[in-house]
Amino acid sequence: MIRRDCEVLVVGAGPAGIAAACCASESGRRVILADENPASGGQIWREELSAPNRNTGTRRTADIWLARLARCGAKVLPGATAFDADANLRSVRFGSDRGTIEIQYDALVIATGARERFLPFPGWTLPGVYGAGGLQALVKGGLPVEGKRVLVAGTGPLLLAAAGMFGEHGADVLMVLEQADWLSLARFGLKLAAFPEKVLEASRLMVRAGVVPFRAGWWICEAGGKDRLEYAAITNGVRTIRVACDMLACSYGLVPNSELAQLIGCRTSNNESLPGGCSVEVDGRQRTSVEGVFACGEITGIGGAELSLAEGSAAGFAACGHWSQLRRSAPMRKRFGRLARTMDAAFALRAELRAVPTPETVVCRCEDVTAAEIAGFGSWREAKLASRCGMGACQGRTCGPAVEFLHGWRAESTRPPVTPVRLASFCNQNEI
Amino acid sequence: MSETVHIILNGEEREVAAGSMLASALLALGLRRFRLSVKREPRGPLCGMGVCQECRVMVNGAPQTRSCMVVCTDRMRVETE
Repeated sequence: MIRRDCEVLVVGAGPAGIAAACCASESGRRVILADENPASGGQIWREELSAPNRNTGTRRTADIWLARLARCGAKVLPGATAFDADANLRSVRFGSDRGTIEIQYDALVIATGARERFLPFPGWTLPGVYGAGGLQALVKGGLPVEGKRVLVAGTGPLLLAAAGMFGEHGADVLMVLEQADWLSLARFGLKLAAFPEKVLEASRLMVRAGVVPFRAGWWICEAGGKDRLEYAAITNGVRTIRVACDMLACSYGLVPNSELAQLIGCRTSNNESLPGGCSVEVDGRQRTSVEGVFACGEITGIGGAELSLAEGSAAGFAACGHWSQLRRSAPMRKRFGRLARTMDAAFALRAELRAVPTPETVVCRCEDVTAAEIAGFGSWREAKLASRCGMGACQGRTCGPAVEFLHGWRAESTRPPVTPVRLASFCNQNEI
Repeated sequence: MSETVHIILNGEEREVAAGSMLASALLALGLRRFRLSVKREPRGPLCGMGVCQECRVMVNGAPQTRSCMVVCTDRMRVETE
């Protein structure tokens, strides 16, 4: 086992983690920034293998911060997956292809970001069905989509961003389906007036998405094909249409990756309007309920990259005890927190989505557990013990939020390893 | 694509873009079924970011490797189900 120590350990190298690492390192602390991906940037700043347009605001911001990270002196540790932690010993254990790495810290900043929420529909396990952000990640990783017929569906502003990006890469984006109705979108538009920079961003997204037909109040009810996606069926609750397509990119919002924080014992809170996720509770100084542990970015509540940067900077300073620095970002954190709540309300999931899975629809993809197999139970635990729902490789990260939306059950325990690792890593040995 | 590397996919040498993620490269090669589910259904990448575990393949002899988290390297051996 490899042992390292540092003054500030940051887990997660997205905008929040990068900002935290920069601020702590520039304050003179010895910092390690660990991330399970091969490169820093998180999902939003993931580098594109062949980018048709590098001159976007997001890319420019990313380049500035990644350059600052390279300069600041923080030690970056890519390819390290956190699987266990002990808040008393102040250590986190990571699995990597170099074996287990145990890092001791004085202060820990958790910035593990968010994942997409998937809701099951018949045929969603077919190859060719992706998350909207998932397909974006794959395209950034070098998957060409030129000439591919892509259907984008789900909810939230991410859909437009994804559609625009696929279009720039030459995809034939057939349509964007937003499950929220026009009325919710119009209300959201009015509230957005308080955030002029977001209005600008929204209009840029719309221009970038171009002439793609946008349908509000529509959602996917089926995907079909022999061994791979060939068509999707879409509905508005009244009419159902079949659309031939090569790729389906769907996502129903984001869920905080709060597992590591939960394992450490950080208090979390649930958000009724967005099921299937809990956010890590922090005070005005980004402190969690566990001493020496700070949290920032999407795990404290979905709020976007600007808020993540503000929170990350604050957490970086807080981890060094530089409380006075926190005041600078306080108004921004408050303001974007308000925006996040507005978005939650606008993109609340419609009840009809609960009726989309048929009894045969797989809900837990890892264990192939169907909707019928988990029906009739009283809790997540009961359903899990009887059916193995949520007990597979993803550890309920995919089906958990879906099951919570469908049945209102919430996962109760988080145990190590919080992510699958090789047995040798778990047993503290070097390698098999 | 200017630069390429060669991976060995199920015993066959295939050319992929240098620096590409393995999941993206395999999809670009036309592979759709990465693995079989417990009920032997075909599965491929879903989340693209290391969460869903659907894109697992064998990489250089290491089973259950998430192909969306691995950068292609020359002579990388990849086996799918």
